[in-house]
Amino acid sequence: MIRYIKIVVFGICLIPLGILLSKFFGPHPFDMSGWGLGLGANPVEALEHGFGDWTLRFLLVTLSITPLRKLLQVPSLIKFRRMMGLFAFFYGCAHFTTYLWLDKFFNLHEILLDVAKRKYITVGFTGFVLLIPLALTSTAGWIRRLGGKRWLALHRLIYAAAIAGVIHYLWLVKADIRKPLEYGAVLAVLLGYRVVVWWMALAKRRPMPVASTEVVTGR
Amino acid sequence: MLIKNASDIRSSEITPQNVYLNRRKFLTGVAVAGAAAVAGRGIKELMLPSMRASAGQKIDGIQKSALSTTEKITPYNDVTHYNNYYEFSTEKEEPASLAKDFKTRPWTVKIDGAVKKKLEFGVDDVIKFATPEERIYRHRCVEGWSIVVPWVGYSLSELIKKAEPLGKAKFVEFITKYAPNEMPGQRREVLQWPYVEGLRMDEAMHPLALLCFGMYGEALPNQDGAPLRLVIPWKYGFKSAKAIVRIHFTDSQPMTSWNLANPPAFGFYSNVNPNVETYHSQAYERRLGEFRPRQTQMFNGYDQVAGLYSGMDLKKNY
Repeated sequence: MIRYIKIVVFGICLIPLGILLSKFFGPHPFDMSGWGLGLGANPVEALEHGFGDWTLRFLLVTLSITPLRKLLQVPSLIKFRRMMGLFAFFYGCAHFTTYLWLDKFFNLHEILLDVAKRKYITVGFTGFVLLIPLALTSTAGWIRRLGGKRWLALHRLIYAAAIAGVIHYLWLVKADIRKPLEYGAVLAVLLGYRVVVWWMALAKRRPMPVASTEVVTGR
Repeated sequence: MLIKNASDIRSSEITPQNVYLNRRKFLTGVAVAGAAAVAGRGIKELMLPSMRASAGQKIDGIQKSALSTTEKITPYNDVTHYNNYYEFSTEKEEPASLAKDFKTRPWTVKIDGAVKKKLEFGVDDVIKFATPEERIYRHRCVEGWSIVVPWVGYSLSELIKKAEPLGKAKFVEFITKYAPNEMPGQRREVLQWPYVEGLRMDEAMHPLALLCFGMYGEALPNQDGAPLRLVIPWKYGFKSAKAIVRIHFTDSQPMTSWNLANPPAFGFYSNVNPNVETYHSQAYERRLGEFRPRQTQMFNGYDQVAGLYSGMDLKKNY
Protein backbone atom coordinates (compact mmCIF):
# COMPACT_ATOMS: atom_id res chain seq x y z
CA MET A 1 0.00 0.00 0.00
CA ILE A 2 2.67 2.47 1.11
CA ARG A 3 4.55 1.66 -2.06
CA TYR A 4 1.68 2.81 -4.25
CA ILE A 5 1.13 5.93 -2.17
CA LYS A 6 4.82 6.66 -2.55
CA ILE A 7 4.55 6.46 -6.32
CA VAL A 8 1.60 8.84 -6.32
CA VAL A 9 3.37 11.28 -3.96
CA PHE A 10 6.48 11.10 -6.13
CA GLY A 11 4.40 12.08 -9.14
CA ILE A 12 2.78 14.95 -7.27
CA CYS A 13 6.17 16.30 -6.24
CA LEU A 14 7.16 16.48 -9.91
CA ILE A 15 4.17 18.65 -10.84
CA PRO A 16 5.88 21.98 -10.03
CA LEU A 17 8.81 20.96 -12.22
CA GLY A 18 6.47 19.99 -15.03
CA ILE A 19 4.55 23.25 -14.86
CA LEU A 20 7.63 25.46 -14.69
CA LEU A 21 9.42 23.67 -17.54
CA SER A 22 6.38 23.45 -19.79
CA LYS A 23 5.77 27.16 -19.34
CA PHE A 24 9.44 27.90 -19.91
CA PHE A 25 9.67 25.94 -23.15
CA GLY A 26 6.15 26.71 -24.29
CA PRO A 27 4.04 24.65 -26.67
CA HIS A 28 6.80 24.56 -29.25
CA PRO A 29 9.79 23.04 -27.50
CA PHE A 30 13.16 23.88 -29.04
CA ASP A 31 11.62 26.67 -31.07
CA MET A 32 13.44 29.52 -29.37
CA SER A 33 11.04 32.15 -30.69
CA GLY A 34 8.52 30.85 -28.19
CA TRP A 35 10.82 30.40 -25.21
CA GLY A 36 9.54 31.46 -21.87
CA LEU A 37 5.94 31.48 -22.97
CA GLY A 38 3.74 31.60 -19.93
CA LEU A 39 6.41 32.65 -17.47
CA GLY A 40 5.96 36.35 -18.19
CA ALA A 41 8.35 38.94 -19.54
CA ASN A 42 11.41 37.59 -17.74
CA PRO A 43 11.19 33.79 -17.92
CA VAL A 44 14.68 33.13 -16.58
CA GLU A 45 13.94 35.10 -13.43
CA ALA A 46 10.56 33.38 -13.07
CA LEU A 47 12.13 29.93 -13.46
CA GLU A 48 14.91 30.71 -10.99
CA HIS A 49 12.50 32.10 -8.41
CA GLY A 50 10.04 29.24 -9.00
CA PHE A 51 12.69 26.60 -8.26
CA GLY A 52 13.85 28.58 -5.23
CA ASP A 53 10.33 28.77 -3.86
CA TRP A 54 9.85 25.02 -4.25
CA THR A 55 13.16 24.29 -2.55
CA LEU A 56 11.99 26.21 0.51
CA ARG A 57 8.56 24.59 0.40
CA PHE A 58 10.00 21.08 0.29
CA LEU A 59 12.40 21.90 3.12
CA LEU A 60 9.44 23.00 5.21
CA VAL A 61 7.44 19.90 4.25
CA THR A 62 10.39 17.72 5.23
CA LEU A 63 10.66 19.47 8.57
CA SER A 64 6.95 19.11 9.23
CA ILE A 65 6.93 15.30 8.87
CA THR A 66 8.13 14.59 12.40
CA PRO A 67 5.77 17.01 14.16
CA LEU A 68 2.85 15.82 12.05
CA ARG A 69 3.42 12.14 12.68
CA LYS A 70 3.53 12.83 16.41
CA LEU A 71 0.62 15.21 16.56
CA LEU A 72 -1.60 13.30 14.14
CA GLN A 73 -0.29 9.95 15.38
CA VAL A 74 0.48 8.73 11.89
CA PRO A 75 3.89 7.17 12.40
CA SER A 76 4.05 5.88 8.82
CA LEU A 77 4.57 9.46 7.62
CA ILE A 78 8.23 8.89 8.38
CA LYS A 79 8.39 6.79 5.25
CA PHE A 80 7.99 9.97 3.20
CA ARG A 81 10.59 12.07 4.95
CA ARG A 82 13.53 10.99 2.83
CA MET A 83 11.59 11.54 -0.38
CA MET A 84 10.60 15.06 0.70
CA GLY A 85 14.16 15.86 1.69
CA LEU A 86 15.49 14.60 -1.61
CA PHE A 87 12.93 16.66 -3.49
CA ALA A 88 14.08 19.71 -1.54
CA PHE A 89 17.60 18.92 -2.72
CA PHE A 90 16.37 18.28 -6.25
CA TYR A 91 14.63 21.66 -6.51
CA GLY A 92 17.66 23.24 -4.87
CA CYS A 93 19.81 21.75 -7.63
CA ALA A 94 17.40 23.06 -10.26
CA HIS A 95 17.51 26.51 -8.65
CA PHE A 96 21.32 26.46 -8.50
CA THR A 97 21.61 25.20 -12.08
CA THR A 98 19.30 27.94 -13.33
CA TYR A 99 21.46 30.48 -11.56
CA LEU A 100 24.73 29.06 -12.93
CA TRP A 101 23.52 28.53 -16.44
CA LEU A 102 20.65 30.79 -17.46
CA ASP A 103 21.30 33.64 -15.05
CA LYS A 104 25.10 33.78 -15.14
CA PHE A 105 25.91 31.71 -18.21
CA PHE A 106 28.77 30.04 -16.29
CA ASN A 107 30.54 33.36 -15.93
CA LEU A 108 32.94 32.08 -13.26
CA HIS A 109 34.26 35.52 -12.36
CA GLU A 110 30.77 36.85 -11.66
CA ILE A 111 29.74 33.71 -9.79
CA LEU A 112 32.78 33.75 -7.49
CA LEU A 113 32.25 37.45 -6.82
CA ASP A 114 28.63 36.69 -6.02
CA VAL A 115 29.43 33.90 -3.58
CA ALA A 116 32.21 35.85 -1.91
CA LYS A 117 30.69 39.31 -1.72
CA ARG A 118 26.91 39.16 -2.01
CA LYS A 119 25.81 38.00 1.40
CA TYR A 120 22.45 36.73 0.18
CA ILE A 121 24.25 34.51 -2.33
CA THR A 122 26.80 33.42 0.29
CA VAL A 123 24.11 32.30 2.67
CA GLY A 124 22.00 30.68 -0.04
CA PHE A 125 25.01 28.83 -1.41
CA THR A 126 25.89 27.67 2.10
CA GLY A 127 22.39 26.31 2.58
CA PHE A 128 22.64 24.42 -0.70
CA VAL A 129 26.06 22.96 0.15
CA LEU A 130 24.75 21.81 3.54
CA LEU A 131 22.11 19.74 1.76
CA ILE A 132 24.67 17.78 -0.28
CA PRO A 133 25.93 15.47 2.53
CA LEU A 134 22.34 14.92 3.59
CA ALA A 135 21.33 13.81 0.12
CA LEU A 136 24.40 11.58 -0.18
CA THR A 137 23.80 9.86 3.16
CA SER A 138 20.07 9.48 2.73
CA THR A 139 20.20 5.74 2.05
CA ALA A 140 19.62 2.93 4.53
CA GLY A 141 23.19 1.81 3.91
CA TRP A 142 24.54 5.14 5.12
CA ILE A 143 22.34 5.10 8.22
CA ARG A 144 23.86 1.72 9.06
CA ARG A 145 27.39 2.81 8.29
CA LEU A 146 27.17 6.01 10.33
CA GLY A 147 25.08 4.56 13.11
CA GLY A 148 21.70 5.99 14.01
CA LYS A 149 22.88 8.63 16.44
CA ARG A 150 25.64 10.00 14.26
CA TRP A 151 23.36 9.94 11.24
CA LEU A 152 20.70 11.89 13.15
CA ALA A 153 23.26 14.41 14.33
CA LEU A 154 24.49 14.92 10.77
CA HIS A 155 20.98 15.32 9.43
CA ARG A 156 20.25 18.12 11.89
CA LEU A 157 22.11 20.18 9.28
CA ILE A 158 18.74 20.55 7.61
CA TYR A 159 17.85 23.08 10.33
CA ALA A 160 20.80 25.22 9.31
CA ALA A 161 20.03 24.73 5.61
CA ALA A 162 16.41 25.83 6.05
CA ILE A 163 17.41 28.87 8.11
CA ALA A 164 19.99 29.75 5.47
CA GLY A 165 17.35 29.39 2.77
CA VAL A 166 14.96 31.79 4.46
CA ILE A 167 17.72 34.33 5.16
CA HIS A 168 18.81 34.03 1.52
CA TYR A 169 15.30 35.05 0.46
CA LEU A 170 15.03 37.76 3.12
CA TRP A 171 18.26 39.43 2.05
CA LEU A 172 17.48 39.10 -1.61
CA VAL A 173 14.25 41.08 -1.74
CA LYS A 174 14.53 44.82 -2.23
CA ALA A 175 11.92 46.06 0.21
CA ASP A 176 8.91 43.79 0.51
CA ILE A 177 9.86 41.14 3.07
CA ARG A 178 6.36 39.69 3.43
CA LYS A 179 6.96 36.46 1.52
CA PRO A 180 10.28 35.56 3.15
CA LEU A 181 8.68 36.32 6.51
CA GLU A 182 5.90 33.88 5.73
CA TYR A 183 8.44 31.14 5.11
CA GLY A 184 10.29 32.27 8.22
CA ALA A 185 7.15 32.06 10.36
CA VAL A 186 6.44 28.48 9.28
CA LEU A 187 10.07 27.55 9.87
CA ALA A 188 9.98 29.17 13.31
CA VAL A 189 6.98 27.05 14.28
CA LEU A 190 8.63 23.87 13.02
CA LEU A 191 11.90 24.59 14.80
CA GLY A 192 10.05 25.85 17.87
CA TYR A 193 8.34 22.48 18.13
CA ARG A 194 11.75 20.82 18.34
CA VAL A 195 12.97 23.23 20.96
CA VAL A 196 9.91 22.48 23.09
CA VAL A 197 10.36 18.73 22.67
CA TRP A 198 14.04 19.01 23.48
CA TRP A 199 13.38 21.19 26.51
CA MET A 200 10.70 18.85 27.81
CA ALA A 201 12.97 15.87 27.38
CA LEU A 202 15.70 17.72 29.22
CA ALA A 203 13.36 18.60 32.07
CA LYS A 204 12.27 15.01 32.33
CA ARG A 205 15.82 13.79 32.32
CA ARG A 206 17.15 16.11 34.99
CA PRO A 207 15.72 14.37 38.09
CA MET A 208 16.57 11.01 36.59
CA PRO A 209 19.99 11.23 34.95
CA VAL A 210 19.60 7.94 33.13
CA ALA A 211 20.02 8.49 29.41
CA SER A 212 16.85 7.96 27.49
CA THR A 213 16.09 7.66 23.83
CA GLU A 214 13.58 10.47 24.08
CA VAL A 215 15.89 12.98 22.49
CA VAL A 216 16.30 10.86 19.43
CA THR A 217 12.72 9.82 18.96
CA GLY A 218 11.42 13.22 19.89
CA ARG A 219 12.99 14.73 16.88
CA MET B 1 -13.59 43.09 -35.45
CA LEU B 2 -10.89 44.15 -33.07
CA ILE B 3 -8.72 45.40 -35.87
CA LYS B 4 -9.51 49.04 -36.19
CA ASN B 5 -7.75 51.99 -37.71
CA ALA B 6 -5.36 49.70 -39.47
CA SER B 7 -4.69 52.53 -41.87
CA ASP B 8 -3.42 55.12 -39.40
CA ILE B 9 -0.61 53.00 -38.06
CA ARG B 10 2.21 55.09 -36.81
CA SER B 11 4.02 52.71 -34.57
CA SER B 12 4.84 50.40 -37.44
CA GLU B 13 7.14 53.05 -38.84
CA ILE B 14 9.36 52.84 -35.83
CA THR B 15 8.75 49.31 -34.70
CA PRO B 16 10.01 46.41 -36.72
CA GLN B 17 7.14 44.13 -37.48
CA ASN B 18 8.91 41.11 -36.03
CA VAL B 19 8.96 42.79 -32.65
CA TYR B 20 5.23 42.60 -32.50
CA LEU B 21 5.17 39.11 -33.89
CA ASN B 22 6.54 37.84 -30.66
CA ARG B 23 5.66 34.80 -28.64
CA ARG B 24 2.72 36.52 -27.01
CA LYS B 25 0.63 36.26 -30.11
CA PHE B 26 0.37 32.56 -29.35
CA LEU B 27 -0.90 33.34 -25.92
CA THR B 28 -4.42 34.00 -27.01
CA GLY B 29 -4.04 31.49 -29.76
CA VAL B 30 -6.05 33.64 -32.10
CA ALA B 31 -5.66 34.51 -35.70
CA VAL B 32 -1.99 33.65 -35.96
CA ALA B 33 -1.93 33.67 -39.73
CA GLY B 34 -4.28 36.59 -40.06
CA ALA B 35 -2.50 38.63 -37.47
CA ALA B 36 0.81 38.17 -39.17
CA ALA B 37 -0.55 40.02 -42.15
CA VAL B 38 -1.41 43.08 -40.11
CA ALA B 39 1.38 45.16 -38.76
CA GLY B 40 1.74 47.11 -35.57
CA ARG B 41 -1.23 48.22 -33.63
CA GLY B 42 -3.65 45.70 -35.05
CA ILE B 43 -1.71 42.76 -33.72
CA LYS B 44 -1.04 44.48 -30.46
CA GLU B 45 -4.72 44.75 -29.84
CA LEU B 46 -5.37 41.21 -30.91
CA MET B 47 -2.95 39.84 -28.40
CA LEU B 48 -4.67 40.64 -25.16
CA PRO B 49 -8.07 42.28 -25.02
CA SER B 50 -7.37 43.49 -21.48
CA MET B 51 -4.52 45.58 -22.79
CA ARG B 52 -6.85 47.84 -24.68
CA ALA B 53 -8.57 49.03 -21.56
CA SER B 54 -5.35 50.40 -20.08
CA ALA B 55 -3.59 51.39 -23.26
CA GLY B 56 -4.06 55.02 -24.02
CA GLN B 57 -5.12 57.15 -26.90
CA LYS B 58 -2.97 57.84 -29.90
CA ILE B 59 -0.85 60.99 -29.57
CA ASP B 60 -0.77 63.26 -32.62
CA GLY B 61 2.13 65.18 -34.07
CA ILE B 62 4.97 63.19 -32.52
CA GLN B 63 8.40 64.24 -33.77
CA LYS B 64 11.32 61.88 -34.06
CA SER B 65 14.36 62.58 -31.93
CA ALA B 66 18.08 62.36 -32.60
CA LEU B 67 18.46 61.10 -29.04
CA SER B 68 16.73 57.84 -29.91
CA THR B 69 18.57 54.54 -30.07
CA THR B 70 18.17 52.24 -33.05
CA GLU B 71 18.18 49.14 -30.88
CA LYS B 72 15.35 46.67 -31.13
CA ILE B 73 12.29 47.86 -29.25
CA THR B 74 10.97 45.65 -26.46
CA PRO B 75 7.51 44.20 -27.18
CA TYR B 76 4.69 46.37 -25.87
CA ASN B 77 3.22 43.49 -23.94
CA ASP B 78 6.42 43.02 -21.91
CA VAL B 79 6.67 46.71 -21.09
CA THR B 80 3.05 46.75 -19.93
CA HIS B 81 3.09 43.48 -17.97
CA TYR B 82 6.37 43.65 -16.11
CA ASN B 83 6.27 46.76 -13.96
CA ASN B 84 8.00 47.71 -10.77
CA TYR B 85 5.27 49.93 -9.43
CA TYR B 86 5.09 49.33 -5.70
CA GLU B 87 2.13 51.70 -5.32
CA PHE B 88 0.11 48.89 -6.86
CA SER B 89 2.05 45.74 -6.03
CA THR B 90 5.53 44.44 -5.35
CA GLU B 91 4.87 41.71 -7.93
CA LYS B 92 5.81 42.93 -11.38
CA GLU B 93 2.99 41.09 -13.15
CA GLU B 94 0.27 42.70 -11.06
CA PRO B 95 0.20 46.46 -11.76
CA ALA B 96 -1.22 45.74 -15.25
CA SER B 97 -4.51 44.62 -13.74
CA LEU B 98 -4.41 46.51 -10.42
CA ALA B 99 -3.89 49.88 -12.12
CA LYS B 100 -6.80 49.44 -14.49
CA ASP B 101 -9.17 51.71 -12.56
CA PHE B 102 -6.58 54.25 -11.47
CA LYS B 103 -7.98 57.73 -12.17
CA THR B 104 -5.58 59.90 -14.15
CA ARG B 105 -8.09 62.72 -14.84
CA PRO B 106 -8.61 65.30 -13.48
CA TRP B 107 -4.94 65.58 -12.53
CA THR B 108 -3.14 68.65 -11.30
CA VAL B 109 0.60 69.21 -11.34
CA LYS B 110 2.01 71.75 -8.90
CA ILE B 111 5.35 73.45 -9.29
CA ASP B 112 6.65 75.19 -6.18
CA GLY B 113 9.58 75.78 -3.84
CA ALA B 114 12.54 77.89 -4.92
CA VAL B 115 10.95 79.31 -8.07
CA LYS B 116 10.01 82.75 -9.26
CA LYS B 117 6.61 81.53 -10.46
CA LYS B 118 4.67 79.00 -8.44
CA LEU B 119 2.50 77.22 -10.97
CA GLU B 120 -0.37 74.82 -11.06
CA PHE B 121 -1.56 73.14 -14.24
CA GLY B 122 -3.92 70.45 -15.38
CA VAL B 123 -1.92 67.60 -16.83
CA ASP B 124 -3.48 68.06 -20.27
CA ASP B 125 -2.03 71.57 -20.37
CA VAL B 126 1.39 70.34 -19.31
CA ILE B 127 1.36 67.88 -22.17
CA LYS B 128 0.78 70.71 -24.65
CA PHE B 129 3.66 72.94 -23.49
CA ALA B 130 6.05 71.53 -26.08
CA THR B 131 6.07 69.37 -29.18
CA PRO B 132 5.83 65.69 -28.24
CA GLU B 133 8.92 63.79 -29.23
CA GLU B 134 9.47 60.11 -29.52
CA ARG B 135 12.56 59.13 -27.53
CA ILE B 136 13.57 55.52 -27.91
CA TYR B 137 15.63 54.94 -24.78
CA ARG B 138 17.32 52.04 -23.08
CA HIS B 139 15.85 51.57 -19.61
CA ARG B 140 17.85 49.63 -17.03
CA CYS B 141 16.37 48.36 -13.78
CA VAL B 142 18.55 48.02 -10.70
CA GLU B 143 17.30 44.41 -10.52
CA GLY B 144 19.37 43.54 -13.58
CA TRP B 145 16.92 43.62 -16.49
CA SER B 146 16.50 46.16 -19.23
CA ILE B 147 14.08 47.21 -21.95
CA VAL B 148 14.06 49.55 -24.95
CA VAL B 149 11.00 51.78 -24.99
CA PRO B 150 9.73 54.40 -27.46
CA TRP B 151 8.66 56.97 -24.87
CA VAL B 152 6.73 60.10 -25.84
CA GLY B 153 7.32 63.40 -24.11
CA TYR B 154 9.58 66.41 -24.13
CA SER B 155 12.68 67.50 -22.26
CA LEU B 156 11.95 68.18 -18.61
CA SER B 157 13.92 71.42 -18.93
CA GLU B 158 11.06 72.90 -21.03
CA LEU B 159 8.71 72.70 -18.07
CA ILE B 160 11.32 73.77 -15.53
CA LYS B 161 12.08 76.92 -17.51
CA LYS B 162 8.43 77.99 -17.22
CA ALA B 163 8.71 78.13 -13.43
CA GLU B 164 11.94 80.18 -13.53
CA PRO B 165 13.85 78.51 -10.69
CA LEU B 166 15.80 80.77 -8.34
CA GLY B 167 19.55 80.59 -7.94
CA LYS B 168 19.24 78.70 -4.69
CA ALA B 169 17.35 75.88 -6.40
CA LYS B 170 19.99 73.16 -6.42
CA PHE B 171 17.74 70.11 -6.51
CA VAL B 172 14.35 69.11 -7.88
CA GLU B 173 12.07 66.85 -5.95
CA PHE B 174 9.33 64.85 -7.67
CA ILE B 175 6.41 63.99 -5.44
CA THR B 176 4.03 61.41 -6.76
CA LYS B 177 0.41 60.44 -6.23
CA TYR B 178 -0.77 59.28 -2.82
CA ALA B 179 -4.14 57.55 -3.12
CA PRO B 180 -4.24 54.35 -1.06
CA ASN B 181 -7.86 53.76 -2.03
CA GLU B 182 -6.81 53.52 -5.68
CA MET B 183 -3.26 52.27 -5.18
CA PRO B 184 -3.50 49.12 -3.05
CA GLY B 185 0.27 48.87 -2.59
CA GLN B 186 0.21 52.10 -0.59
CA ARG B 187 -1.85 50.43 2.11
CA ARG B 188 1.33 48.73 3.27
CA GLU B 189 4.43 50.57 4.42
CA VAL B 190 6.80 48.88 1.98
CA LEU B 191 8.27 52.25 1.03
CA GLN B 192 7.68 55.74 2.27
CA TRP B 193 4.55 57.11 0.60
CA PRO B 194 4.10 59.14 -1.42
CA TYR B 195 6.99 57.96 -3.51
CA VAL B 196 9.53 60.73 -3.84
CA GLU B 197 12.42 60.98 -6.27
CA GLY B 198 14.91 63.71 -6.92
CA LEU B 199 17.52 65.04 -9.29
CA ARG B 200 20.26 67.60 -9.08
CA MET B 201 19.33 70.74 -11.00
CA ASP B 202 21.85 70.18 -13.80
CA GLU B 203 20.68 66.58 -14.19
CA ALA B 204 17.09 67.72 -14.47
CA MET B 205 18.06 70.31 -17.09
CA HIS B 206 19.93 67.81 -19.24
CA PRO B 207 18.14 67.36 -22.58
CA LEU B 208 18.03 63.57 -22.12
CA ALA B 209 15.87 63.93 -18.99
CA LEU B 210 12.38 63.35 -20.31
CA LEU B 211 9.03 64.46 -19.04
CA CYS B 212 6.98 61.59 -20.38
CA PHE B 213 3.28 61.08 -21.02
CA GLY B 214 3.22 58.43 -23.70
CA MET B 215 4.83 55.37 -25.19
CA TYR B 216 4.49 53.40 -28.42
CA GLY B 217 2.72 56.39 -29.94
CA GLU B 218 -0.04 56.39 -27.35
CA ALA B 219 -0.83 57.88 -23.95
CA LEU B 220 0.92 56.05 -21.10
CA PRO B 221 -0.89 53.02 -19.75
CA ASN B 222 -1.66 53.39 -16.05
CA GLN B 223 0.82 50.70 -15.01
CA ASP B 224 3.64 52.52 -16.81
CA GLY B 225 3.22 55.75 -14.87
CA ALA B 226 0.26 57.63 -16.36
CA PRO B 227 -0.49 60.41 -16.68
CA LEU B 228 2.96 61.98 -16.24
CA ARG B 229 6.31 60.46 -15.37
CA LEU B 230 10.02 60.98 -15.66
CA VAL B 231 12.37 58.99 -17.82
CA ILE B 232 16.01 59.38 -16.85
CA PRO B 233 17.71 56.88 -19.14
CA TRP B 234 21.20 56.99 -17.62
CA LYS B 235 19.93 56.14 -14.14
CA TYR B 236 18.35 53.00 -12.72
CA GLY B 237 14.64 52.79 -13.39
CA PHE B 238 13.46 53.70 -9.91
CA LYS B 239 14.78 57.25 -10.41
CA SER B 240 12.15 57.75 -13.11
CA ALA B 241 9.21 58.65 -10.88
CA LYS B 242 5.70 57.80 -12.06
CA ALA B 243 2.35 59.57 -11.60
CA ILE B 244 3.91 62.91 -10.66
CA VAL B 245 1.72 65.48 -8.88
CA ARG B 246 4.25 67.99 -7.60
CA ILE B 247 7.64 69.30 -8.67
CA HIS B 248 9.41 71.00 -5.83
CA PHE B 249 12.64 73.03 -6.12
CA THR B 250 14.92 73.03 -3.11
CA ASP B 251 18.43 73.92 -1.98
CA SER B 252 19.09 70.58 -0.27
CA GLN B 253 19.30 67.03 -1.54
CA PRO B 254 15.84 65.46 -1.31
CA MET B 255 15.16 62.38 0.78
CA THR B 256 14.06 59.87 -1.81
CA SER B 257 11.92 56.80 -1.13
CA TRP B 258 14.38 54.07 -2.07
CA ASN B 259 17.27 55.88 -0.47
CA LEU B 260 15.28 56.06 2.77
CA ALA B 261 14.34 52.38 2.52
CA ASN B 262 17.90 51.14 2.13
CA PRO B 263 20.58 53.85 1.97
CA PRO B 264 23.58 51.62 1.25
CA ALA B 265 21.84 49.86 -1.62
CA PHE B 266 20.09 52.76 -3.34
CA GLY B 267 22.10 55.93 -3.52
CA PHE B 268 20.74 59.33 -4.45
CA TYR B 269 22.49 59.41 -7.82
CA SER B 270 21.93 55.78 -8.83
CA ASN B 271 23.57 56.25 -12.21
CA VAL B 272 23.81 53.02 -14.16
CA ASN B 273 27.34 51.89 -13.40
CA PRO B 274 28.66 48.38 -14.08
CA ASN B 275 31.62 49.00 -11.75
CA VAL B 276 29.68 49.80 -8.62
CA GLU B 277 27.92 47.01 -6.80
CA THR B 278 24.92 48.38 -5.08
CA TYR B 279 22.00 46.14 -4.44
CA HIS B 280 23.88 43.40 -6.29
CA SER B 281 26.33 43.09 -9.16
CA GLN B 282 25.46 45.51 -11.93
CA ALA B 283 28.00 44.29 -14.49
CA TYR B 284 25.43 42.42 -16.58
CA GLU B 285 21.81 42.80 -17.50
CA ARG B 286 19.14 40.75 -19.22
CA ARG B 287 17.33 42.54 -21.99
CA LEU B 288 13.74 41.29 -21.88
CA GLY B 289 13.18 38.91 -24.75
CA GLU B 290 16.85 37.96 -24.97
CA PHE B 291 18.29 34.71 -23.74
CA ARG B 292 21.85 35.66 -22.90
CA PRO B 293 22.82 38.39 -20.46
CA ARG B 294 24.59 41.41 -21.94
CA GLN B 295 27.19 43.69 -20.44
CA THR B 296 25.89 46.83 -18.77
CA GLN B 297 27.34 50.10 -20.08
CA MET B 298 28.47 53.06 -18.03
CA PHE B 299 25.60 55.57 -17.77
CA ASN B 300 23.56 52.93 -19.60
CA GLY B 301 25.45 53.96 -22.74
CA TYR B 302 24.53 57.67 -22.44
CA ASP B 303 28.08 59.01 -22.31
CA GLN B 304 26.88 62.54 -22.99
CA VAL B 305 25.96 62.89 -19.31
CA ALA B 306 29.49 62.10 -18.09
CA GLY B 307 30.26 65.82 -17.88
CA LEU B 308 27.65 66.24 -15.17
CA TYR B 309 29.80 64.15 -12.87
CA SER B 310 33.31 65.24 -13.76
CA GLY B 311 35.48 65.44 -10.68
CA MET B 312 33.07 63.30 -8.67
CA ASP B 313 34.05 59.95 -7.24
CA LEU B 314 31.24 57.81 -8.62
CA LYS B 315 32.15 54.90 -6.37
CA LYS B 316 31.29 57.07 -3.40
CA ASN B 317 28.49 59.07 -5.00
CA TYR B 318 26.56 56.16 -6.42
